[in-house]
Amino acid sequence: MSIAVTTQIICFSVLSLVVIIGALGVILLENIVYSAFLLGGVFMSVAGLYLLLNASFVAAAQVLVYVGAVNVLIIFAIMLVNKKEDLRPIANIKSRRIISTSICLTLLSLLIRVDLSNTWGLAEPNASIGEESTIRIGEHLFSDYLLPFEVASVLLLMAMIGAIVLARRDVMNKDIATGLPVDQELIEKPNEPLLIKKN
Amino acid sequence: MNSGLDLENSLNEFLKGFGLSSELAHIIWLPLPMLLVLVSAVVGVLVTVWLERKISAAAQQRIGPEYAGALGVLQPIADGLKLLVKEDIIPAKADSILFTAGPILVLVPVILSWLIVPFGQNLLISNVGIGIFLWIALSSIQPIGLLMSGYASNNKYSLLGGLRAAAQSISYEIPLALSVLAIVLMTNSLSTVDIVNQQSGAGILSWNIWRQPVGFIIFWICALAECERLPFDLPEAEEELVAGYQTEYAGMKFALFYLGSYINLILSALLVSILYLGGWGFPIPVEIIAKVLNLPIDAPVIQVFTASIGIIMTVLKAYLLVFVAILLRWTTPRVRIDQLLDLGWKFLLPISLANLLVTAGLKLALPQFFGG
Repeated sequence: MSIAVTTQIICFSVLSLVVIIGALGVILLENIVYSAFLLGGVFMSVAGLYLLLNASFVAAAQVLVYVGAVNVLIIFAIMLVNKKEDLRPIANIKSRRIISTSICLTLLSLLIRVDLSNTWGLAEPNASIGEESTIRIGEHLFSDYLLPFEVASVLLLMAMIGAIVLARRDVMNKDIATGLPVDQELIEKPNEPLLIKKN
Repeated sequence: MNSGLDLENSLNEFLKGFGLSSELAHIIWLPLPMLLVLVSAVVGVLVTVWLERKISAAAQQRIGPEYAGALGVLQPIADGLKLLVKEDIIPAKADSILFTAGPILVLVPVILSWLIVPFGQNLLISNVGIGIFLWIALSSIQPIGLLMSGYASNNKYSLLGGLRAAAQSISYEIPLALSVLAIVLMTNSLSTVDIVNQQSGAGILSWNIWRQPVGFIIFWICALAECERLPFDLPEAEEELVAGYQTEYAGMKFALFYLGSYINLILSALLVSILYLGGWGFPIPVEIIAKVLNLPIDAPVIQVFTASIGIIMTVLKAYLLVFVAILLRWTTPRVRIDQLLDLGWKFLLPISLANLLVTAGLKLALPQFFGG
């Protein structure tokens, strides 16, 4: 076994272990902040797996989008919402957990089935394009995958406009269900002019 | 394009002379450039700290460090030693795991980014195809480390500092990436070596700063904001936040933050010089010098000359920019957080988008000047 192959095997086993343990930690840990940081670790390890597959552009995009944007925003949101609130206990939690576990296991078995029934590997040996992949991805995005690409951008635009409407308090000032005006107080203390004396 | 000096091949041949296999020779070679770059980064930090102290002293009409070595050049080493032997304190109610992991997460991506900094045609650790994109991706990890240390310190100033750092970093990453994209559009490649080679045609006249003046200014402002240098050092604004996310840190963990911020500053200066100021290129092309001296371009003398000129030019350009950054730090006031976000989202982002569009249009209209 050559040194390069050994290194690859070691990297692959470490990365997959981190992905599996990290993902379990994300759903099983009680502290939501730990879950959020572990999610970042999982994203990083997935990027490492892409690197092992010679897809360096996809790996860098994974780090930029998932770690640098999605995960940072998740952590940001968790830290901004520091309301201490006791959550109501959910009724028949046990049966819910059993149902969700069985759904997840079904999905997992489906994935394993796909993995076993598919023939992996390239059609011809040495057909991997390596560094050229950046150019190929660009070509595909602007030719045969143009429509999905544009649909995705329209979806993102819709999400952004929705977020702006939700955040603008002068637009959404009535509760949709009851029609009563919504409490629009900011979480932080309202500004008080310090230098003006109040009588 | 000439291949220049190839140290890797010569060392491999030299080691094979002792009867080692080529794989073993490769393994012996691998850590050498990494170690060299790490050492040069740390030495660069020491130099920058000294410059910062001396220039700030000059700006405030003081003398600055004077007794440690000639003109106080050993002062940064004394500072480093002091931090090394100081007690490492973890506050009682802090989250000790996240508290320790935070500074590491801040420092490691910065050091990894040195992978793509070229000092010459072959003088870089790895000419990866995604080059400059790797740096943009890696620099987006840093805010996680800052948020982590801000949260783990269990201190409201730290948390605010971490949140500010993340907000600032997210806002300024977008114009930064867009101005890099304009350069990539002109080069047709993400690799830093290709970016420099594309600027090496006519010496100083072919540098990207003449073709991308707006991009240069946007990139410089965003790089300063990403490094959290004044006028953008809001995450650690002393008057409001004590020291931001580093308030609770002491000893070596604080030193990691300190080291990270200075390595990041030098890295940004190096990248500005690579993207806009011709990288390792001499203002007069080496080909012309070789012609005047009547030597072939691949003569050993010219090869050594090119390599040393390359390193000197890269470092010189980077330190000129570091000098400008230090001058800016000690002469400008800090912006407010709303001004900072306004500048990022309402000014730099539209301008960098327009710059990208104009570059694309010029590339179609004048392909001989803007890379066809």
